[in-house]
Amino acid sequence: MNPALQGVIIVVLAVAVCVGYFWSSNQILDRVIFPAKGEKAGQNINRANMVRPWLFLFPALLVLGVYLAYPVVETLRLSLTQRVGSGYEFVGFDNYVQMWNEPKFREALLNNMLWLVVVPAASTAFGLLAAQLTDRIGWGAVAKSLIFMPMAISFVGAAVIWKLVYDARPLGQDQIGILNAIYLGLGGDAPQTWLTIPFWNNFFLMAVLVWIQTGFAMVILSAALRGIPEETVEAAIVDGAGPLRVFFQIKVPQIMGTILVVWTTITVIVLKIFDIVYAMTNGQFETQVLANYMYDKLFRANDWGVGSAGAMVIMLLVTPILVWNVYNARKEMR
Amino acid sequence: MDNIAGHKSSLTWAVHISVALLVLLWLLPTLGLLVSSFRTADQIAGSGWWAAPFPQEESLQLRTAGPDEMTQDGDLYVIEGNLLEQNGAGDLDISAWGTSARDVSAYAPGKTAEMRGGETMTLEEDGTYRLTSAEAFEGRGERVFVSATVPPEFTLDNYERILFSDDSREGMAKAFFNTLTVTIPATIIPILIAAFAAYALAWMDFPGRALLVAAVVALLVVPLQLALIPLLRLHLSIGIGKGYMGVWLAHTAFGMPLAVYLLRNYMVGLPKDIIENAKVDGATDFQIFTRIVLPLSFPALASFAIFQFLWTWNDLLVALVFLIDASGQTTVMTRQIVELLGTRGGNWEILATAAFVSISVPLVVFFAMQRYLVRGLLAGSVK
Repeated sequence: MNPALQGVIIVVLAVAVCVGYFWSSNQILDRVIFPAKGEKAGQNINRANMVRPWLFLFPALLVLGVYLAYPVVETLRLSLTQRVGSGYEFVGFDNYVQMWNEPKFREALLNNMLWLVVVPAASTAFGLLAAQLTDRIGWGAVAKSLIFMPMAISFVGAAVIWKLVYDARPLGQDQIGILNAIYLGLGGDAPQTWLTIPFWNNFFLMAVLVWIQTGFAMVILSAALRGIPEETVEAAIVDGAGPLRVFFQIKVPQIMGTILVVWTTITVIVLKIFDIVYAMTNGQFETQVLANYMYDKLFRANDWGVGSAGAMVIMLLVTPILVWNVYNARKEMR
Repeated sequence: MDNIAGHKSSLTWAVHISVALLVLLWLLPTLGLLVSSFRTADQIAGSGWWAAPFPQEESLQLRTAGPDEMTQDGDLYVIEGNLLEQNGAGDLDISAWGTSARDVSAYAPGKTAEMRGGETMTLEEDGTYRLTSAEAFEGRGERVFVSATVPPEFTLDNYERILFSDDSREGMAKAFFNTLTVTIPATIIPILIAAFAAYALAWMDFPGRALLVAAVVALLVVPLQLALIPLLRLHLSIGIGKGYMGVWLAHTAFGMPLAVYLLRNYMVGLPKDIIENAKVDGATDFQIFTRIVLPLSFPALASFAIFQFLWTWNDLLVALVFLIDASGQTTVMTRQIVELLGTRGGNWEILATAAFVSISVPLVVFFAMQRYLVRGLLAGSVK
């Protein structure tokens, strides 16, 4: 069958099944199991209302449980086992030890740390700058829209876009990558293949993510900046504070909470970064990151034990943010 | 506020210029790819995309007419004609030419070249040439390398080649439809499931509700890398295997925490009176949900739909793991582009066009629905 047709059928079918499930389960609950009539009518209504939330929640909980909660436990289990023949055997922390002894893993971990420092900081800083500047001018909305645009572009698309920027032609030919054209124009001696210069090439990969994430930071921080009470800013200006001082000492402290949210959101994205590295260097030239290392282990080396251990390391790094988010959400609900 | 500070004009100019620079910096990379996708391979290789609107010096390889056109002039065999017309190169001014690949600009226009075997060739600026030899010409016409200033040229050929060629290695048509097939069910299905759950978490009272909300917030950041192996094993063992079914299920699940979270946050903010009045009037939860809450939540539903659409359309990892099998029949666009990066790394006319075909749809959605996207982002992160 044509997959597109299959897609249409599955949409119609899935919607029908969902609506059918929610409708009929409610009907059965109210009419058959706990009918709101007879001598126990009142009791039955109460019982039905106790069960109903779970009817509403059931499909979502099922999906979340099977596809997100169970894999966390299963990955943990797999990371402690090793394939022996056709079965699996518990090996304790062997996979982690083996992984730690691999230079490629340490490289990935180190690079990820570098990403973790640079990308959230740069994205937030550029986003804050863009938010503050565009809020003051007439064509700010258009400017914002254009800076925000890379958000819609896939990591793979962005990888192609930036590969063209970094492209290098032999000396003597016209450069078609704009970075080399600028570099030679400023007096550089030879075209550089930017993505193969160890250590620094990490930053050229990070630039792609910063380029994508700045728009996100800008949108959120711009909303926060607008929420600052005018009086505080006016009072500071009357007291003789210059624009820089107003920005850093009046505005930034008031939106610190939002900056933190932006920072952590981008941090989570950075920890999972895969597509950019996979498409641009595939971890060669010392640009390996954890997610790509793990993908290598899982699907190229077929080593599920070590691959799962790699995934657990990513999970471990995300955990502090997870806890902090949950803590904040609970505080807010009270 | 600025006028209070007293030096409005100079500062405002600085702001205008910095914003212009920032926008330029953010736009240039994409612009480069867009311009490149409309240029010919020769032009891309000949000059940077920023030079596209200007004429450029280009080296062409042309061929004279063969022995069919040969005439006799006394002792000499002669071939005459116009090199540019015969090769369909258009109306150009030749600045230099040569007969060997080693020195493509050996002669100025109007000069006569001595070639091996006693042949001579004269080429004028407008392309007319005269080729003479003491012996009869044989084989094909003579190869001539010509340098000429070519006017800027933009073409849709790349798009035609990418979209309509049957070559599955560079054609994007199939991958485009595959991506669409992945995206649409993966966008619609989670909305419905999440909306019911979000309603329960927002407006129904039951023990454990706060715990469930916390769990959703926690699952929001769980890296999907953890899910790859366990789920692939699960899919293989229950017979779904690698295919559309698997990728639809995976996308539905991976989008679920955000969907529930966004929709719940929005629904909690709906006016309490409406819902309580409806309850007093005897409406069931099912009726309140479908008749009141769902229509009122349209902005949040739209926000999530855009997020999910962009994320599934742009996704590579989930498709690699759950969809693409060895047959290659189910490849999606992101995967196809990565393949092209490997096999056609230098063919920028193909790469740029393929990438633009893939990012054009999200860009259209982005510019058309930006309002909802921004609203969703704000609901999703600002506390």
